[in-house]
Amino acid sequence: MRSAFFSALSELASEDDRIHLVVGDLGFGAVEPFARRFGDRFLNVGVAEQSMTGVAAGLALCGKVVFTYSIGNFSTLRCLEQIRNDVCYPQADVKIVSVGGGFAYGALGMTHHAIEDLAIMRALPGMFVVAPGDPFEVEQATRAVAAQPGPCYLRLGRVGEPRMHGSGAVFKLGKAIRVREGRALTIISTGGLLETGLQAAELLSAVGLDARVVSMHTLKPIDEAEVLCAAVETGAIATLEEHSVIGGLGSAVAEILAESSDARGRLKRFGVPSTFAPTVGSQQYLRALYGLSPAAVFESLRSWL
Amino acid sequence: MADILAVLYGGLLRVDPERPQWPERDRFILSKGHGCAGLYAVLAERGFFPVARLAEFYQDGTGMAGHVTHGAVPGVEVSTGALGHGLPIACGMSLAARRDRRSNRVFALLSDGECDEGATWEAALLAAHHRLDNLIAIVDYNKIQSLGAVKDVLDLEPLAQKWEAFGWAVREIDGHDVDEIARTLATIPLARGRPACIVAHTVKGKGVSFMENQLLWHYRPPDASEVARALVELDLGS
Repeated sequence: MRSAFFSALSELASEDDRIHLVVGDLGFGAVEPFARRFGDRFLNVGVAEQSMTGVAAGLALCGKVVFTYSIGNFSTLRCLEQIRNDVCYPQADVKIVSVGGGFAYGALGMTHHAIEDLAIMRALPGMFVVAPGDPFEVEQATRAVAAQPGPCYLRLGRVGEPRMHGSGAVFKLGKAIRVREGRALTIISTGGLLETGLQAAELLSAVGLDARVVSMHTLKPIDEAEVLCAAVETGAIATLEEHSVIGGLGSAVAEILAESSDARGRLKRFGVPSTFAPTVGSQQYLRALYGLSPAAVFESLRSWL
Repeated sequence: MADILAVLYGGLLRVDPERPQWPERDRFILSKGHGCAGLYAVLAERGFFPVARLAEFYQDGTGMAGHVTHGAVPGVEVSTGALGHGLPIACGMSLAARRDRRSNRVFALLSDGECDEGATWEAALLAAHHRLDNLIAIVDYNKIQSLGAVKDVLDLEPLAQKWEAFGWAVREIDGHDVDEIARTLATIPLARGRPACIVAHTVKGKGVSFMENQLLWHYRPPDASEVARALVELDLGS
């Protein structure tokens, strides 16, 4: 996902000289080509995320389109008040990018687990929240947030995620992508768990359960119509996110269903309980620990249905 | 602080009340957003909006909040009130001016208390590193912060030397001497390739005997009789 982002960003920057990249001294092996090619539009502020965000706001208020970039929680939680007051309030054209959403940097420890970011960014007025599910969605989302006036949060995975979409896929901000058709239930995923959702659907298919899979890459504004459609047509929804069960995709879907007068369906939320990981673990290990592996999702859904 | 604002908006800032969004304008950020009454007043005096609008201050349903809030108030660049936000934003504006080859300058007026904020010093490092000599920080050094004297809460001394050590060109001035303020600001950049910091020594509540250096007046608005007494002491009353 990281290389898809930088590739798209470089293309954008070559087309639009308002595009700037401000980083907080992270991105080794990733930011260098952009920095070389667009030196006067690249700024490393040092290990100073509050400054990174404030500087980005200042640039944006003077007409620039600014991407801030760091990893994990550093581009979001560390500078949350700057995002709220300096970016969201004036609707500044700042796109906040975090690499390493969820447990992507799992073994690096608790400090590097970004599992509350979606909830917190979602709560900010005027903020678009986007968690692409594969490199195709990353590339498209990068272009879409650049074109979308005002603040956006772009949550990326790490490196090496496979492309999940076929060539005919269409990406539109705020519009979910139905990746697989099915009637028995709908698995709605956000971010990099799209692959897990599709693998779980394959396993369910083998036991005669035909699961629809939806990639909810845009968490805010969320595609309410697609959620309601899933409830009406499949009667059961499972949400899948590498994030706390509080405030993210599962919560957003629950809010829609709870307030709907006609869409009633069962809901199961897969995510991380409100806790800190009790042990060291790779992304794969921690996903499995919290029941987010394809096999665990499959088993859980089979017994649930 | 009022004296500094008077000099800035009295003619030093290149701004045009008829065109608040003029791209070539100097930017001014009142980073100490709690000082908004002074800013709103000078903006009104300068013609950004009618003086009568000042009656909206703190009133329900208006746009003139108790900390600097832009949008509804022409001439206000940035909303502040959470301390330590102004200087990083000013750095971004300064960088934008350089990139666009504009000659406008960026001024940020900071309180002494917000020099406690780490973000202020993050930006101080950045400005010097990038040689932002179109950037001017003015510290309203009245030596009092929210819960007491600066020297007792979190001593900033030696403050001027700190800014110098961070790579800024620094002047210490009497922040109530309008001639000295004007003279100093007329010479910026103080040093080519270096951002400027003006440490303005001030007295909180200057000129009003019962307000000077009293922490209470950070919090409490004066009542009608106190206003009348204050105006007399300032030679503004009848």
